[in-house]
Amino acid sequence: MDLTSLTIEAARSAVEERKVTALALAEAHYGRIQKEDGQIGAFLTLSKERALEQAYRIDRMAAEGKPLPPLGGVPVGIKDVMSTRGVRTTAGSKILEKYIPPYDCTAVARMEAAGAVVLGKMNCDEFAMGSSNENSAYHPVRNPRDPSRVPGGSSGGSAAAVAADMAVVTLGSDTGGSIRQPASFCGVVGLLPTYGRVSRYGLIAFASSLDHIGPLAKTVKDAAIVLSTIAGRDPMDSTSADVPVPDYVAELDKPVRGMKLGVAQEYFGEGLDDEVRQSVEAAIDKLKGLGCEIVPVSLPHTPYAIPTYYLIATAEASANLARFDGVRYSHRASGVKTLSEMYRRSRDEGFGAEVKRRIMLGTYALSAGYYDAYYLKAQKVRTLLTRDFDEAFRKVDAIVTPTCPTAAFRLGEKSNDPLAMYLADIYTVTADLAGIPGISVPCGVTREKLPIGLQILGKHFDESTILRLAHTFEQAT
Amino acid sequence: MKVTEKDVAYVADLANLELTAEERSGMVRDLNSILDYVDRLNGLDTSNVPPMAQVSDRYGVDESKQGSERFAYASREDELEGLRKSLPHEEALANAPDADEDFFRVPKVIER
Repeated sequence: MDLTSLTIEAARSAVEERKVTALALAEAHYGRIQKEDGQIGAFLTLSKERALEQAYRIDRMAAEGKPLPPLGGVPVGIKDVMSTRGVRTTAGSKILEKYIPPYDCTAVARMEAAGAVVLGKMNCDEFAMGSSNENSAYHPVRNPRDPSRVPGGSSGGSAAAVAADMAVVTLGSDTGGSIRQPASFCGVVGLLPTYGRVSRYGLIAFASSLDHIGPLAKTVKDAAIVLSTIAGRDPMDSTSADVPVPDYVAELDKPVRGMKLGVAQEYFGEGLDDEVRQSVEAAIDKLKGLGCEIVPVSLPHTPYAIPTYYLIATAEASANLARFDGVRYSHRASGVKTLSEMYRRSRDEGFGAEVKRRIMLGTYALSAGYYDAYYLKAQKVRTLLTRDFDEAFRKVDAIVTPTCPTAAFRLGEKSNDPLAMYLADIYTVTADLAGIPGISVPCGVTREKLPIGLQILGKHFDESTILRLAHTFEQAT
Repeated sequence: MKVTEKDVAYVADLANLELTAEERSGMVRDLNSILDYVDRLNGLDTSNVPPMAQVSDRYGVDESKQGSERFAYASREDELEGLRKSLPHEEALANAPDADEDFFRVPKVIER
């Protein structure tokens, strides 16, 4: 048995049936990390003590003949924007280089309560701000499919670790595409749940009205198992929704025949790479062959999504990142004389270029005289973008699009042009703005063997439908 | 040019950033290029469109109620240690760059 290429179910049942111990499974993944991660750079911190303790607990359950929970013994990775008690959590930033959280993020606690073995913390763009993982203050992540290329971002480490078999599944976060875009670039499955579906408690905040936690996985079924584990109301996050959580796995095998799938021409326009277009169109034909009805829909405000996103996300970020002041936690500059000097110098030294850029843009958009023209305007356009989806979902069950306009680009290719980098998120930011769920599932490769992702968007709290479509598509390819 | 060096200095001040001279000139360039792009929003008439701050008010709310009552699901009793215990003193101070046994320590704030 190859211990590092297992799905969740295969890993869990192997441990439950005592064909392998959770300890051996964890060690096999650490061995793989040791061998591969020097080149990839997906991990920032290993939590070996915590992992082996949990593996031991699971092995004892198995030895006692007890049934294991859904993630029993499954080695996982956690994006380093999620707090882990006693395990360093940096958010990819130097300003949190020494931060050891005193509590666990709810999603992480739920993963561990379900038996998951947390191997370590995944590299990411600083404070989840980026589309290539080049903004990590520690080191970039390389795409396991082609190390000269980026893995996408900001959950680049989470995607690369799954693609390189260094973890069975990982948690990422998505504010403008940060789960789906790297999933697409690395050829894995990435799920953005509905806003409010998964608690954000313990997630280091970037843009609170847009931040989501979700899984990156080898299969759609694995993503469904993780969503079932982490979804549901959490009193510690007042925006987590009190909406019943269905059994996502049981829903996977229901038929897709007769489902109506929307195709919006706004997602197939200028800037879309030809090979990506062909691959996504072939995927849509495949879904049609599986009995889905293809319906043209219009999402006319799509061209306004990126500017809307970059105003709202940066405005919220400028407020959220004000907490990093060098007092309660975070880096403090040395030799400072006054409080004001301490704030400035600590933040100057601790934040990287992109984070400063976004704090500046967000502060500008919120400042006196510009609030109405920028921030308020963007909030109004957000309403229009959301109405586009409301209108479309009156006619269709789901909408299919490319996840990204291109396959993975090269390291350095866009890192000197912020705007070009922002446009990598052109097909993904809309779902975050509207709060609807989306999934990226691999649908082919380019001539250079780079993965291409198909994005399926759904109605609020209807993850079941997009998971079922993605699962059916995956099984048919 | 919408944003000048002077604007950048003002905004950096609001954001508690200092920025080097080089960072400031880079910021002038980047902010202008992003704001030029963002200007396309002005092509949309939004005079009768309400702003959207969040998506949470689309579900879970009690439509029969008014104002904050609609979000009853998101509220709770204000109880001491209602959801979890407060952090012990030493844990709360453990990540501080400078602290004594009781307090976070910062450079002197009040001059006399």
